[in-house]
Amino acid sequence: MVTFKFIPFYEIENLSSAKRVNKLLKVVKEDKIVIMEGRLRSQEEADLIEITMEEISPKFKGIELSVIYPEKSQQNTLQKVKGAFATVLLGDRQGLTIIGPASIVKKIENNPDQIELFTKDNGNRNRKKNKKR
Amino acid sequence: MVKSFLISLLKKLNFNPFGRKSHVKLGLYGPPNGGKSTLANRICMDWLGEEMSSVSHIAHETREIKIKEKVSIKNKKGKELTFSLVDTPGISTKIDYEDFLKKGMKKVEAKKRAKEATKGVIDSIKWLDDMDFVVVILDATKDPYSQVNITIIGNLQARNIPVLIAANKVDLKKSSMDVIKAAFPQYNVVGISAKYGKNIEEFYDELFRLTK
Repeated sequence: MVTFKFIPFYEIENLSSAKRVNKLLKVVKEDKIVIMEGRLRSQEEADLIEITMEEISPKFKGIELSVIYPEKSQQNTLQKVKGAFATVLLGDRQGLTIIGPASIVKKIENNPDQIELFTKDNGNRNRKKNKKR
Repeated sequence: MVKSFLISLLKKLNFNPFGRKSHVKLGLYGPPNGGKSTLANRICMDWLGEEMSSVSHIAHETREIKIKEKVSIKNKKGKELTFSLVDTPGISTKIDYEDFLKKGMKKVEAKKRAKEATKGVIDSIKWLDDMDFVVVILDATKDPYSQVNITIIGNLQARNIPVLIAANKVDLKKSSMDVIKAAFPQYNVVGISAKYGKNIEEFYDELFRLTK
C-alpha cells in the first residue's frame, strides 16, 4: 500500500528553511509520499538533498523529488505580475512538490506537463500512478 | 542564506574587495555518470597533457572534490584563460549500496562506496558558493527534466553564477540536443562528446564567452 500525505502551503509558510526541510523529510522517512502545495526555494531544495544524504542508511536510501511548476514563458505579462505579487506576499505556493522515499518510489518522470510516478513493489517495478495537470 | 545573499549581492555589484583574481574557479557539476570526470580529463589532456580523474561506468566514481590548479587554455585569437578546474561528485537524491552490488561489487566495498558518495554529494553542494563559473554536464541521452538538474541550475541562478550547459554523449544515437535546449532555453547549450572530443573546440569557445 502506498500512502500519500498532502501538506498545504500554510503548514510550512511560517517555518524556517531548516524546519520546512525537516518536516518534509520526517514524513518521507515514515514511508509516505509527500504532495506539497507550492515549492521550496532553490536553496531549500539543495538543503533537502544535503540533509537526505546525511541521513542515508541501509534502511533509508534517499528520496525521489519532483516539482510541477507553471511554465512562466507561457504566461502573459499580467499573469507574471500577479504571480510575482502573490509570491512576495504569500510565498511561492504555485505548483506542486512531490517527495517520496526511494525505497518506495522508483522514479518520477516530469516531462514537464505530466508527472508519472513509478513505485517499487516487493522488488518489482510497477507503474503505480499517473497524474496529469 | 545570509552568506549566499551577501555573495550574490557583491557579485551583482561586481565588487571584489581583494582585487581582480588572477584565475577563477570553474566547476563541473551535474548528476552522476553525466561525464564530468571525462570532460575534466579531456580538458587536462588537451592543455596540460595529463589526466585528472578516474572514470567508470559505475555511478559515483568521483566521490571527492578534485581540483586542478592553473589550467590555461587559449583561443584562436591567442587570448588566454586561466582557471582552477573543480571536478565535483555527481549530485543525486538517493544512494543505494545494493545498486553497486548489482554491478559486481562486494558488500563491504559497495557500502563504503555508498557512504563516500553521500559525503561527496554534500561536498558538491557546499562548494557551490565557491564557484565563479560552472559547466553543468548533462547526459544528452537522458531526460533533462530531473529535479536534480533543475535544483543545481536553480541554485546557480540564485547565486548569480554564470552557467554553461554541456550536453554530453552526443556521439550516441539516443542523444538529443533539442530536448536539452528545450528544457533550459535561457542557457547556452553546447553539445559535446567528452570521450571522443567531438565539438570540443566549440566548447572552449563557449568557455571564453562564459567567463567574459
